[in-house]
Amino acid sequence: MALIELASIERRFTLGDSVVHALRGVNISIEAGEYVAVIGPSGSGKSTLLNLLGLLDRADAGTYRLDGRDTTGLSPDEQAAMRSRHIGFVFQSFHLVPRLTAAENIALPMVLAGIDAAERKRSVQKALAAFGLADRAHHRPNELSGGQRQRVAIARATVMQPAVLLCDEPTGNLDRHTGQEVTHLLESLNANGVTLIVVTHDPAMAERARRQIRMEDGAVLSDSASSVGVAG
Amino acid sequence: MKPLDILRFALRAVTAYPLRTALMLLAMSIGVAAVVMLTALGDGARQYVVNEFNALGSNLLIVLPGRSETRGVNPANFFTETPRDLSIGDADAMHRVAGVVRVAPMVAGTSEVAFGGKLREAMVVGTAHDYLALRRFQLAQGQFLPDEEGQRNAAVAVLGSKLRSELAGSEPVIGRMVRIGDRRYRVIGVLAPTGNAMGMAVDEMAYIPTEQAFALFNTSTLVRIFIETRDRAAIEATRTRVVNTLKARHDGEEDVTTITQDAVLGTFDKILSAITFGVAGIAAISLGVAGILVMNVMLVAVTQRTPEIGLLKALGASGAVIRLAFLTEAVLLSLGGAIVGVALGQLGAWGLRLAYPVLPAYPPYWAVAAGLGTAMLTGVLFGFLPARRAAGLHVVDALGRR
Ligand SMILES: Nc1ncnc2c1ncn2[C@@H]1O[C@H](COP(=O)(O)OP(=O)(O)OP(=O)(O)O)[C@@H](O)[C@H]1O
Ligand SMILES: [Mg+2]
Repeated sequence: MALIELASIERRFTLGDSVVHALRGVNISIEAGEYVAVIGPSGSGKSTLLNLLGLLDRADAGTYRLDGRDTTGLSPDEQAAMRSRHIGFVFQSFHLVPRLTAAENIALPMVLAGIDAAERKRSVQKALAAFGLADRAHHRPNELSGGQRQRVAIARATVMQPAVLLCDEPTGNLDRHTGQEVTHLLESLNANGVTLIVVTHDPAMAERARRQIRMEDGAVLSDSASSVGVAG
Repeated sequence: MKPLDILRFALRAVTAYPLRTALMLLAMSIGVAAVVMLTALGDGARQYVVNEFNALGSNLLIVLPGRSETRGVNPANFFTETPRDLSIGDADAMHRVAGVVRVAPMVAGTSEVAFGGKLREAMVVGTAHDYLALRRFQLAQGQFLPDEEGQRNAAVAVLGSKLRSELAGSEPVIGRMVRIGDRRYRVIGVLAPTGNAMGMAVDEMAYIPTEQAFALFNTSTLVRIFIETRDRAAIEATRTRVVNTLKARHDGEEDVTTITQDAVLGTFDKILSAITFGVAGIAAISLGVAGILVMNVMLVAVTQRTPEIGLLKALGASGAVIRLAFLTEAVLLSLGGAIVGVALGQLGAWGLRLAYPVLPAYPPYWAVAAGLGTAMLTGVLFGFLPARRAAGLHVVDALGRR
């Protein structure tokens, strides 16, 4: 059974009296440990898809099964609880809390999950070391470079050891070199078993992924895995 | 999220915006300081009046000539002249009323008082031996008016402490003669300083026997009879007997007014308590204003930190956690302001005590508690709406806004 199963997903936005069909009839199945790039032109529904996968949003129709569990009827708080345990997010604009230090930012998901301080400290130390941030632990985001910020964000996204890492243009705000560094970092996480789903405009990064899902106008235009034959 | 972590998180937010926090603390502390200081002032005034009255002695019953329509709880009755007569016989009759311990008649007028080369216009009180104990006065030197048979109307005088020093400076006065009006009196005693009791400058008066005052002022009517009852509990029963006795002596007409300390004190106490509550209420309005400010500031904070709220939610925070975090922040701001306010208020009360040493301007405990409590309640109440708004934000929308 696949980790992620989307079936006939619809998502519509109403703006005044015009309706935008952000997702239409999307069927995707992703196994645990996959490395997927979501590509497509601007406005094609990539972010909408990622938000849905991350349980930040809810489909208007269709079913989404995460780890075998139907998420359709979950309340916002149940969604939050599931996000906490299963999903890590990496955003284009980092989304670090400016008044908290790097270590505190990384600890945030554990604090929110009510994990006690001693265990938190251990995990954060490990993450800081693993992401090459040990000497930046007590710096605030405005004292860090873009690459360091994104590394803090990735450390934060993985500190709870989620099964799925969702990245919306993680290199979009970085220069080519640091972007590559971040890409390698994410890939090494994938190599350790994390399911990696990346929305990207960068063809080079998309090339590196083992599977590409091309979106257009809210629908899946092509999926490099579908030729292999995914149950659906 | 653990409560301690919520508190720490809110504390970080409070300290992260020092200017905002300082302004909030200021607004809140002014309200609380106003409550604390104004109640200190009101309660100080109340205490002052209560103390003044207590100095009179709590078993005191005062008889005034004339029938008062409002049954004598009006302090103005103390000072009004009435045409009805109270005689020395009436005062003597009081000695025989059950429950009466001491009786002192009172005649009063102003007269010239001369000693050595010095001359003063002074209030002269004609009364009797018991007046001293009844009014809880102390003697500095000598003795008070005599009580012995045959001595009661002797030409002797007792001087108030201030009158004595004005007339004689540091010279001895006991045994020497003082002229009051056109009569001469031997000074037998000097009162210890008492201060101002009930608006009468006790220290500036001279005291002579009742009959002497009758002669001096060419009258035979008393302005007051002071009666001390056995105990506080007996005061009402004694009052009834006193009134009945006087009624019998005045051809069955109830033409006197009696005032008890308790009644007068009660009235003053009520008035001044009402004033204290009044000023506390007015000050509380400023707390309400501060509360609205808290709400406004928190609403701005929610708007400013919308992406952060989105992030927290994305990281797994439930609506309840977000709500609690923002509510805690609001309460911290108000409570911090309240604590600063109590400190400022105490400082103000201390200043008041320095400026008016006679006023025991200590803020009552209830006012301090109410100030802190109201501030905290204000924080919860006015923090609720912003917190709910924060909790209700949609994750994707919140994240998207930068
Ligand atoms: N909250 C919203 N309200 C209304 N319309 C929305 C909303 N979110 C997305 N849309 C619309 O849905 C469509 C898909 O948007 P989405 O953000 O998923 O695109 P995208 O593929 O991520 O684009 P980009 O590459 O520019 O990030 C767009 O037409 C967008 O205008
Ligand atoms: Mg997008």
